[in-house]
Amino acid sequence: MINDTGIVVAFYILAATTVGCALMVAFVRELVQAVLFLALAFVGIAGIYIVLSADFVAVVQVLIYAGAVAVLMTFAVMLTPAADRKNSSTAFWAPAAVLAGLVLVIIVFVSYDTNWQIANRPQFGATAAALGEALLKPYVVPFEVASVLLMTAMVGAIVLTKEEEGEDA
Amino acid sequence: MPDILLASVPLEHVLLLGGILFAIGLFVALSKRNAIGILMGVELMLNAVNVTLLAFSRYVVSPRPLDGQVFAVFVITVAAAEAAVALALAVSVYKHRETLNIDEIDLLRW
Amino acid sequence: MIMALLTIITDNWWDIRDLSNLSHEIEKLIGDANGPAWLIYVVSGLLGAIGIVSFIGGVAVINIWVERRVVGRMQSRLGPNRLGPFGLLQPVADAIKLMQKEVLMPGTASGLIFTAAPIMFTVPGILLMAVLPWGRNMTLASLDVGVLFLLAASSLAALAVFMAGYSSDNKYALFGSMRVIAMLVSYEIPIVISLLGVVLFAGTMDLQGIVLFQEKYWAFMILLQPLAFFIYFISVSAELNRTPADIAEAESEIVGGYHTEYSGMKFGLFYAAELINAVVVSAIISTLFLGGWWAYKLDEIVPGWMIYIGKIYGVYFLFVWTRGTLPRFRIDQLLAFAWKWMTPMAILNLILVAAEVLVWDESGWSAGVMIPAFVVINGTLAIATVYAFMRLLAPKFERFPTALRFYSNIDVPSLPATADGAARAGTQTV
Repeated sequence: MINDTGIVVAFYILAATTVGCALMVAFVRELVQAVLFLALAFVGIAGIYIVLSADFVAVVQVLIYAGAVAVLMTFAVMLTPAADRKNSSTAFWAPAAVLAGLVLVIIVFVSYDTNWQIANRPQFGATAAALGEALLKPYVVPFEVASVLLMTAMVGAIVLTKEEEGEDA
Repeated sequence: MPDILLASVPLEHVLLLGGILFAIGLFVALSKRNAIGILMGVELMLNAVNVTLLAFSRYVVSPRPLDGQVFAVFVITVAAAEAAVALALAVSVYKHRETLNIDEIDLLRW
Repeated sequence: MIMALLTIITDNWWDIRDLSNLSHEIEKLIGDANGPAWLIYVVSGLLGAIGIVSFIGGVAVINIWVERRVVGRMQSRLGPNRLGPFGLLQPVADAIKLMQKEVLMPGTASGLIFTAAPIMFTVPGILLMAVLPWGRNMTLASLDVGVLFLLAASSLAALAVFMAGYSSDNKYALFGSMRVIAMLVSYEIPIVISLLGVVLFAGTMDLQGIVLFQEKYWAFMILLQPLAFFIYFISVSAELNRTPADIAEAESEIVGGYHTEYSGMKFGLFYAAELINAVVVSAIISTLFLGGWWAYKLDEIVPGWMIYIGKIYGVYFLFVWTRGTLPRFRIDQLLAFAWKWMTPMAILNLILVAAEVLVWDESGWSAGVMIPAFVVINGTLAIATVYAFMRLLAPKFERFPTALRFYSNIDVPSLPATADGAARAGTQTV
């Protein structure tokens, strides 16, 4: 149960900030501003992970999402100079909004209706060591498969953007 | 000064946060015109899923409560790999079509 | 008798050798007055934050003088000596100059991103000081994942560089920022992998735990991991945009790189952020590799935080030394260096360290045997690795080079066959 005053206040502030940043990603006019708001949303979500007592996952979130995926998106924006830099919507935004609203209603209904078995657990201890053990003992096969997946993604990204010899550089 | 004890954070509020983020991500992914905008929506959805996973790992009775965090780490890994390949695809499509507007990229090849 | 008095660090609140005495005193005061429990955290956190921020502020001012004076002396010239004795008021003059300049902003620039970029460049640097241990009981935020926090916060600088370059609406600033981001992202990998070697040895990512590991086994980590120190030092001076990797802000580069359009105190903030980041990284190096506040029992006489500040300035002198001595690299040389030299060396170091830790755990030999053995083995392997890389990868050294050396062969087209061109070709000297 999370019932320390400071942590409760922090959760609501962080939740409001993150939802605000996500809404700005959806509605702001420029693409670059949307990417930067997305990076801020990632950092806000990392704060929520810390409230949920997952400190290792929070730091990994900042390192990978805000530090690498956001930079990757800025690279994609910079490498496409003649593309439209406006963050506008297609003609299907109204059905998309209706669908998103329906999904939200379903999630709210399910989460409030189910009888969750809440455990009266204190904060987790050192999650990094426990996660390391979990990744190497019960979950070693997904760990190895994830490393193969990362190598495939690297090779794929390089092959997709490689220029053929003889073409104008 | 007495210790003001606010109500604790119930599980439903955290799931509601995850749901809201997922809905916003779904809206962004379905309605943006730019390919990079669609990718931003997908990343928001994956983060919302992570929030939900970690909320369950923290709150719910379970024999191995840290499994939620392991799953979240794998989701982050797969999301990073997918973002890399998706952006490589976007840049490669841009080289051929000079645009990232998905309304204009609707023919496979001519 | 005097030595006995000197070596006992007391629990009195005025004993500044251990600054945690002050926070214990405040804890007692609040506890006696039946204050709320969270107020203790807030007050002691604020005290620690004020201490760290005042240190950072002092450093940002003093280091302007230190850097210019020391680089000047290394280049056989005097450095600033006009303002005040030994030029000590030079930082004051620099600050006044920057404050009274007009802060320009390009008309087509995005105002919010333009203003936020220098702030976002500075804040992660100051944030990193929070996890560093200044004494046996003096850490502002003792995180279990301290080393990862260092890496995560320093990876946010790339976003700030992009914000600065893109919002200037200036294509030269965008070029400069693209090059810098490519360099920052490339050098993050050797940093992460070389720090993994340190974490493997210490068995913990907590920075206080790493210092205590060095205290327990009576060895600085630099003796156990010389290759990791070498790789980390070079990679982090590229991350800091310091010479020899300061392609971003060199005087002969594309105008000014990502801070072309900044003037006045916004540029002053970029400049101060560079110095603050350099000091923070020196603090990280002295914690991870040089023992932090521990120095072979010296910390019982001299306060731990004074030893720490001494080590910080020692490592900072190393940074200034490389700046004053080495010439600048080109951007393609820098990127090739990161991917072809630093990353393979860091991976080799990681494999070696993992093997050593496994041998240490599996066999039952005591630390008194293993640590000196590791020192010798790691030292020789570090020198052997660097030498092997130099022999295999570096271009051959020519005493009288006849052609330009590029990492990728660029086809230089010949001059047109006009009388003018032939005359110029005839008199051209390469």
